[in-house]
Amino acid sequence: MVNIIIWTIAVVTLLGLLLALVLFLVAKKFKVEEDPRIDEVEKVMPGANCGGCGFAGCRAFAEAAVKAPNLDSQFCPVGGNETMAKVAAILGYEVQAKAPQVAVVRCNGTCEARPKVNEYDGFSSCYVKSLLYTGDTGCSFGCLGCGDCVAACQFGALSMDPVTGLPVVDQGKCTACGACVKACPKRIIELRPQGPRGMREFVSCVNKEKGPVAKKACASACIGCGICAKTCTHEAIVFENNLAYIDPSKCKLCRECEAMCPTGAIHGVNFPKPLDKDAVKERIKMRQQKAKEAAESQKKEEKKDE
Amino acid sequence: MSKHTFSIGGVHPHDNKISRECPIEQLPLAPSVYLSVAQHIGAPSVPVVAVGDKVKVGQVIAEPGGFVGAFIHSSVSGTVKSIGPRADLAGRLSTHIEIAVEGDEWLEGIDTSDTLVTAIPEDPKAIIDKIRLGGVVGLGGATFPTHVKLSPPPGSKCERVIINGCECEPYLTSDFRTLLEKGEQVVVGAALLKKAMGDVPCTIAIEENKPEAIAHIREVIAKLGYSGIDVMVMKMMYPQGGEKQLIDAVMHRQVGSGALPISVGAVVQNVATALAVYDAVQKNKPIVDNSVTVTGECFPKQANLLVRVGTPLRYIIDYLGGVPEEAAKIISGGPMMGRAVANLDAATVKGTGALLFLTEKQTRRAPETHCIRCGKCADACPMGLEPFLLNKLSKAKDWDACEANAAQDCIECGCCLYSCPAQIPLLDNIRVGKGFVLSAIRARAAAAKAAAEAAKK
Repeated sequence: MVNIIIWTIAVVTLLGLLLALVLFLVAKKFKVEEDPRIDEVEKVMPGANCGGCGFAGCRAFAEAAVKAPNLDSQFCPVGGNETMAKVAAILGYEVQAKAPQVAVVRCNGTCEARPKVNEYDGFSSCYVKSLLYTGDTGCSFGCLGCGDCVAACQFGALSMDPVTGLPVVDQGKCTACGACVKACPKRIIELRPQGPRGMREFVSCVNKEKGPVAKKACASACIGCGICAKTCTHEAIVFENNLAYIDPSKCKLCRECEAMCPTGAIHGVNFPKPLDKDAVKERIKMRQQKAKEAAESQKKEEKKDE
Repeated sequence: MSKHTFSIGGVHPHDNKISRECPIEQLPLAPSVYLSVAQHIGAPSVPVVAVGDKVKVGQVIAEPGGFVGAFIHSSVSGTVKSIGPRADLAGRLSTHIEIAVEGDEWLEGIDTSDTLVTAIPEDPKAIIDKIRLGGVVGLGGATFPTHVKLSPPPGSKCERVIINGCECEPYLTSDFRTLLEKGEQVVVGAALLKKAMGDVPCTIAIEENKPEAIAHIREVIAKLGYSGIDVMVMKMMYPQGGEKQLIDAVMHRQVGSGALPISVGAVVQNVATALAVYDAVQKNKPIVDNSVTVTGECFPKQANLLVRVGTPLRYIIDYLGGVPEEAAKIISGGPMMGRAVANLDAATVKGTGALLFLTEKQTRRAPETHCIRCGKCADACPMGLEPFLLNKLSKAKDWDACEANAAQDCIECGCCLYSCPAQIPLLDNIRVGKGFVLSAIRARAAAAKAAAEAAKK
């Protein structure tokens, strides 16, 4: 009896050692030479494998980063500057800090502002819906409301607001990976710089229709009146195809455009105080009057000189 | 009587041809018509009239934007009111030419009499040119310019012209009424198409649920004495009217993936197209009107109407008594492949064949349940695809696998969805995959072309 136990232990141990030796030799012989830095880089990556950087996953990003001559063309939106600094330290490259970004939904056509003109009872997918027609509201540019963006978000940062029928971004969870931007067939979601203390100003509409048509479809659409562009003293507002766009790199967050927008299409978020529209309008009025007076006096002086 | 049908798949929905006894009736002229410049496959046409111009019926108002394009003729006489964007059925904007109707004056040279012209012109090129000038496009629904279809690429030869009188979609009866009432013209049109393709044999394919039409066309062929045109009786099966299915049923040949029917020597034209060809060649009359079936169980006044192109849908419906209260969905086309109308102010186009009213009960989808692996969808698919698999691959966004499993060959007939006991939105998902696969194929072709050009330089 004891003999059997001893023999079994001895045979199994011997077999184990023998196989271990074989495995060791095979591993030695067929070893794939890999840059050890790939593993190091992968370790500091967030490990979300979201594809937001444009690579298949964190390891693919690490492989590409090790091979690349610099890190200019690569950025991990999830890890942000912190991760990129770590990656740069491992690889001995230099990186420039990028402004952290956040997804912004550029449609404010709530159920109230943008009444339904027909009922969609097809498959609940924005992409399928966009293949079939322009949507169940009069606006052919706005949010379709089936939540492809919510399904695309791996970080749980997006949710549909049942009251407005529009997606809402949870800034704390958004990593700006860009999955929702790709998922939206209407290209409504945009990645914008987070702004100082999260404060940012943007046009929450993508309707390129002419004013009356846009207004008929949605009460809070950008009607392309151009008042915002005229008001802005920082040349931050680009005006194209009946649609205003605020260039975040030039915007000084003065909120003047927001106060002047007749439809409320311009949104400011995370500001400490609510916008006092009348005060801002008064301020703009005073400034414009002063400018007018200055121009007139200058004219007079010119005349005097003559 | 042997009955023919295609070899794989297909479903057999109830045909519901409730408007079959309604003769084709002329719809009175609308106060204004809106003619889209993009009502055919290919480049949109270019308007050649200006606001304020007076036009007559049959006058060219837009010229083709390329070889694959079509002339558009004014369908009414009156004044051009505006040229600008207007929403189509799906709400998408395209350029429309608005014409305010004043009287009904036809352009000189158009024969509006009912006399049948049976003499066939000798020169095939002249026939095709007249078809081109008549703005004829495939009226079966795809609206592919007919003259392009009749100009086979070098190296391919047409062996048979098939006139598609299957009308396999439930509810639709406009082709059936056309066969009954304008059978002579359709047969002459078939003879013209046959001549244009170099005197090849011609088959008029009609499904067995239209015995009156079959008898009538046989009679007409005997009376007119054309040789080489025969009638083939088809078994009732959907989607028999699909080009590839019909070629399979008639000629027992399969059109390869991505290939055109001409690659197996077939040219398929719809009955309404044959009539349009007759009008264009024998009567100099371009496409200014087409017959539209207005039907549905909940619609009180079934009708087959001869409608001028560009008539607003609302005008047609109001003429027949307005939208019934029970109607929950209006479909342009048949119930299987038609598209829901999102905008009743849209105007008809050359390819508009039907307006179908369905009730809430008929249209509401049952909730989706789990796939039970019954394989009914694969049995039903007339293209021999595996819808359950494509559904899964498309959901997983595996576009390469979608392509490997031929999602691009889906003809969107809806047989899979129709046969699925679990109510899985198979077609919706496959359509997503097909879209991505087709754009990938196009991108590859464009890249290959660019590379070839670069290599030349």
